[in-house]
Amino acid sequence: MITAEQKPIREIINYVSPYNRILLVGCNECVTVCAAGGQKEVGILASVLKLNFLKQGKILEINEITLQRQCDPEFIEQLSPHLDRADAILSLACGCGVQTIASRYKDKIVFPAVNTKFMGASESQGIWAERCQGCGDCMLGITGGICPVARCSKHLLNGPCGGTSNGKCEIDSDVDCAWTLIWDRLKALGMEDRYEEIIEAKDWRPAGGGGPRKIIRKDLVL
Amino acid sequence: MKIFEPEIIAFCCHYCAYTAADMAGSKRIFYPPNIKIIRVPCTGKVAAIHILKALEKGADGVYVAGCLDGDCHFKNGNTRARQRIKYLQDYLMDIGWETERLAMINMSAGMGEYFAKTALEFTDTIRRLGPNPVKKIIEKQTAI
Repeated sequence: MITAEQKPIREIINYVSPYNRILLVGCNECVTVCAAGGQKEVGILASVLKLNFLKQGKILEINEITLQRQCDPEFIEQLSPHLDRADAILSLACGCGVQTIASRYKDKIVFPAVNTKFMGASESQGIWAERCQGCGDCMLGITGGICPVARCSKHLLNGPCGGTSNGKCEIDSDVDCAWTLIWDRLKALGMEDRYEEIIEAKDWRPAGGGGPRKIIRKDLVL
Repeated sequence: MKIFEPEIIAFCCHYCAYTAADMAGSKRIFYPPNIKIIRVPCTGKVAAIHILKALEKGADGVYVAGCLDGDCHFKNGNTRARQRIKYLQDYLMDIGWETERLAMINMSAGMGEYFAKTALEFTDTIRRLGPNPVKKIIEKQTAI
């Protein structure tokens, strides 16, 4: 999923302070799972903003809505009936959601309330870790299911480097060395010979080096 | 001069703090009538929004009273509640509210005296802090 973290509350307050009526929009997908922008977080943020402005003597009108998905135009349409009563939109979705709203409602300012972080997986309750960088040419099949692009600090395709120490990375003793993980995994699978094969230089164009990326499924296009 | 009588919401867990309050009552131990108790099955059930809504509606202080550490009837609800209180206190600090308006207290079912003592102390703290700043606006709106 796409992970996100709520922005510092002072930054959000600065965004909305010139306005009196805010449409606060959450998203039921990734940001709900990583507890950054779901219905619950929408309620909490609305309440905190109200408390902040009430203390200053200002009544901030907040309309709370959580869409099933903010990155699909079909769902964004549901905001239309509420826009007349909003001076600005505050979105708790990832950057994709914020931009989908911005492109649909061109005459309303949209502010992000979260910082979109990375594509990650849940390690345990409350902890999410980066697992994919969307390189566009997945190599998990030859690295035992552990991604060196996302999890090696140097994105080394043939590792480990000299900075590995007892299975940890030199940048931080809490960070696993991806190549140690890969080796251990290949060994457990009896596929050590795969480690011997040199992985050739990667074509980074599908990773975004060729500009903004797009997927077109011709069979689905209307 | 009129003495400020704070309105305080206490979310009390059924198994410990609520029973402790009950015991304080049975033993005729005085505790301030400012405390309005809301009984919850476990403090882990008290969501952040419940606390924020209490403040938004004008409560001068809110505390969550649960079982002693390690004694939660539901294993770790009180630990979660404590984490949640800390999370909300950070929010309050960021928006310039006194973090003391919010507290987490732990006690066992047999600690009636302690319930009364903490209720008194918390009431004193809130009395010192003064009324919830949103109260004035709420009263103004109600007058209209």
